[in-house]
Amino acid sequence: MNALALLGRYFAASMRSQMQYPASAIMLTLGQLGSTAIEIVSIWALFDRFGAVKGWAFGEVMFFYALIGISFSFADFLTRGFDVFGSDFVRTGAFDRLLLRPRSAALQLVGHDFRISRFGRFFQASIILAIATGMLGFVWTPQAVLLALWTIAGGIAFFSALFVLQAVMAFWTVESLEAVNALTYGGVYAGQFPLSLYARWFRTFLIFIVPLACVAYFPVLAILGRSDPLGAPDWFLPLAPAAGFLFLALAFLAWRFGVSKYTSTGS
Amino acid sequence: MPQILVQDLAKTYRVAERDPGMFGAVRGLVRRRWRTVEALKDVSFSLERGELLGFIGPNGAGKSTTIKILSGILRPDGGRVEIEGLVPYADRIKHVARIGVVFGQRTQLWWDLPVIDGFDLLRDIYRVDPQRYRTTRDELVAMLRLEKLLDQPVRQLSLGQRMRAEIAAALLHEPSILFLDEPTIGLDAPSKLAVREFVKKLNQERGVTVLLTTHDMHDIEALAQRVIVIGHGRVLADSPFEALRANVLAERRLFVDFAGAAPVLDLPGVEVRNRDGRALELAFNPQITSAPALIAAITARHAVEDIHVEQPAIEEVIARFYDLHGANEA
Amino acid sequence: MDALRPYAAAFSSRFLLMMQYRAAALAGFFTQCWFGAVHVMVLAAFYLGAPDAAAASPITLSQAVTYTWLAQGLLAVMPWVGDPEIADGVRTGAISYDRLRPVDPYALWYVRAAGWMTARLVPRVALMILAAGIILPLIGQGQWAWQPPASLPAALLFALSETLAIALACSIIMLINIVVVATLNARGVNILMQPLVIVFTGNLLPLALYPDPVRIALFVQPFAGTLDIPNRIYFGNLTGQMAWAGIGLQVFWTVLFVVLGRFWLARVMARLEVQGG
Repeated sequence: MNALALLGRYFAASMRSQMQYPASAIMLTLGQLGSTAIEIVSIWALFDRFGAVKGWAFGEVMFFYALIGISFSFADFLTRGFDVFGSDFVRTGAFDRLLLRPRSAALQLVGHDFRISRFGRFFQASIILAIATGMLGFVWTPQAVLLALWTIAGGIAFFSALFVLQAVMAFWTVESLEAVNALTYGGVYAGQFPLSLYARWFRTFLIFIVPLACVAYFPVLAILGRSDPLGAPDWFLPLAPAAGFLFLALAFLAWRFGVSKYTSTGS
Repeated sequence: MPQILVQDLAKTYRVAERDPGMFGAVRGLVRRRWRTVEALKDVSFSLERGELLGFIGPNGAGKSTTIKILSGILRPDGGRVEIEGLVPYADRIKHVARIGVVFGQRTQLWWDLPVIDGFDLLRDIYRVDPQRYRTTRDELVAMLRLEKLLDQPVRQLSLGQRMRAEIAAALLHEPSILFLDEPTIGLDAPSKLAVREFVKKLNQERGVTVLLTTHDMHDIEALAQRVIVIGHGRVLADSPFEALRANVLAERRLFVDFAGAAPVLDLPGVEVRNRDGRALELAFNPQITSAPALIAAITARHAVEDIHVEQPAIEEVIARFYDLHGANEA
Repeated sequence: MDALRPYAAAFSSRFLLMMQYRAAALAGFFTQCWFGAVHVMVLAAFYLGAPDAAAASPITLSQAVTYTWLAQGLLAVMPWVGDPEIADGVRTGAISYDRLRPVDPYALWYVRAAGWMTARLVPRVALMILAAGIILPLIGQGQWAWQPPASLPAALLFALSETLAIALACSIIMLINIVVVATLNARGVNILMQPLVIVFTGNLLPLALYPDPVRIALFVQPFAGTLDIPNRIYFGNLTGQMAWAGIGLQVFWTVLFVVLGRFWLARVMARLEVQGG
């Protein structure tokens, strides 16, 4: 059975086990929808008090917010196994179990769990996107839709890479890294605002080191039909999400290194 | 060519040490001290197809390190392992498809899924041919009496039921070697018996090679033809269990119930271990005094109601063996 | 004094255990720096882009910056997840032992949560002060630095208020713990609490910057006492009577939550079925 079909089996199994507690799954989804919706209020409060910032209106920032949220919710859905890798696999020794099976550990981790509740954030972000569309009077041309899907795909790759890197850290320390999500949740937060708000060193970091801007800021400019006020060339904007996939490839290189470190120290 | 060949295996770990107290905790934040532990120094043995090997030793002796290396999830620092022509840690994916592993304290089934769904997932993970899978599964289900458990979520099974399901899960892909790590830990007596019986059958009827680690010496007594005792990262003994017993503790016990008050006995090479009213417990060395001769000597002089000979308990044999080799300090 | 010994021991053993987690402390510090930097840059963009609105704002940019570093340095105090030890205990059944011990379970769990929290707080806040309070000014970025307290009385009041903030946060964590024990599941309540806590404590945006009509409501709700109130005392935004009113609110919510928590825990424990135990 090939890897994709096996993932399908894992997916079905995960759905079946969550459906043993359907009420809990629905409550968690609604709860995540409601509670993440509060976050946008704080951004609105800033606009309410200070007005537009550096030429960006609230509707445009909502656009960033929504696309990042959609990308993140899918990545979170697909890479839950990496997210809980340190606590549920390395610390408990359950990772040995994965290594004892004749499949790649990464594949088994993707298949480990698919949390339905992650769709709460997806719904919330989709609603925000609808509101932003209305506020900006934005018209979704087929081209814009394709570009948005491409952006989301790059975003999913980008955030998945962060979850993989987070898991890689667990090979070096099994301490409770409750705060390693600096880059995941921190990435969601930083990506909500236009890049031009940030200082130069931070912009450089978000383009070249952790290429968040390539899966959020640049392609969203292209979708909105705006040029980059910072001077990135127009042809580059729609291509930028490819960086997300490159980042993911690098993350898996680090992952392989981590696995080989694990098998040589056994800790 | 043996099925499993292990030569001069060595493995060293590095562990962090913490200084005691509040000051030590703060200092540990800044600087850390490391200690190296030689888990394996030089372990060699080989195993033929169809053998059933018991692997014993005190905690920290190197048992689980060896099992991890043999199963391919740990890379040794030195030495050589070859199993059916493969080096486990170098060809891990290929190797693990041929072995089955059961960890007594960890589950490989899916907690919230019915047992049968977990089996089906394993079929897909191991790429087992569906036809073949059905036959194997049905056989295992019958042998381990799992029929009534198949539709229950794993979390609802008792420990004994779960262990039976775990063993079936480890065998669905028909491995030629089975590693059992503490398979009876925490089980009730009937479940222990069921597990032992199954493992014996699997080994004898199917020729599956079994490598068993356990703290329960009754597992060893019931199953293992051959025992390897490991301590301080070395093989301390590698022999049939009976030979080990004879070498370490030649002593036998004689329990005698007299018709009247227990007499004072003075026989060469015999020691009184316990005296309780009319009963005596005697220890003797069968190489000096044979059991029949001793019994004859006693019954000739005293009226006896009951008499029987016992071998020392297996736990005692092992404890003595560890003492002899200083293995308990580990 | 002897009656308190088990609780003191529970506190210090948890504290010492958590202090070993060096990589976790560094990772936490890194997170704080990241969020702090993003917040400061975003706030600066808004403040500097609208001078009139900035002048009318209830707190100045420099205060908002200090608020941000305080919020990040004190991140460990945020009551957004239950004590993981309780969640583990629920899963393994170990919490049933706490019922068998001759101690008050509420008090025991409370001090353990306090030990867990302060042990994570100490290294993180120290690193944060070093980075945002000392290094930033030294490299000529003093305008983005963590400023010292407004005055000596402000500093003293802040010390009192921050202690109360920890007490209040622990009482909220206890409520989360009790939900975890009652529902035998930690994931749900943790997912729900995180966004609520990040908004209502002021961690995401100082509560003073929300629209004027809702500011009173935000001030009196319980989460303000874990971060917003001590922060505003620190930089002199709450002084005199208002500062004492804030401290009074912290005491009020703490007492209320402790009473509520004790009552609820007793009921939950009474009908507890420990999973897998």
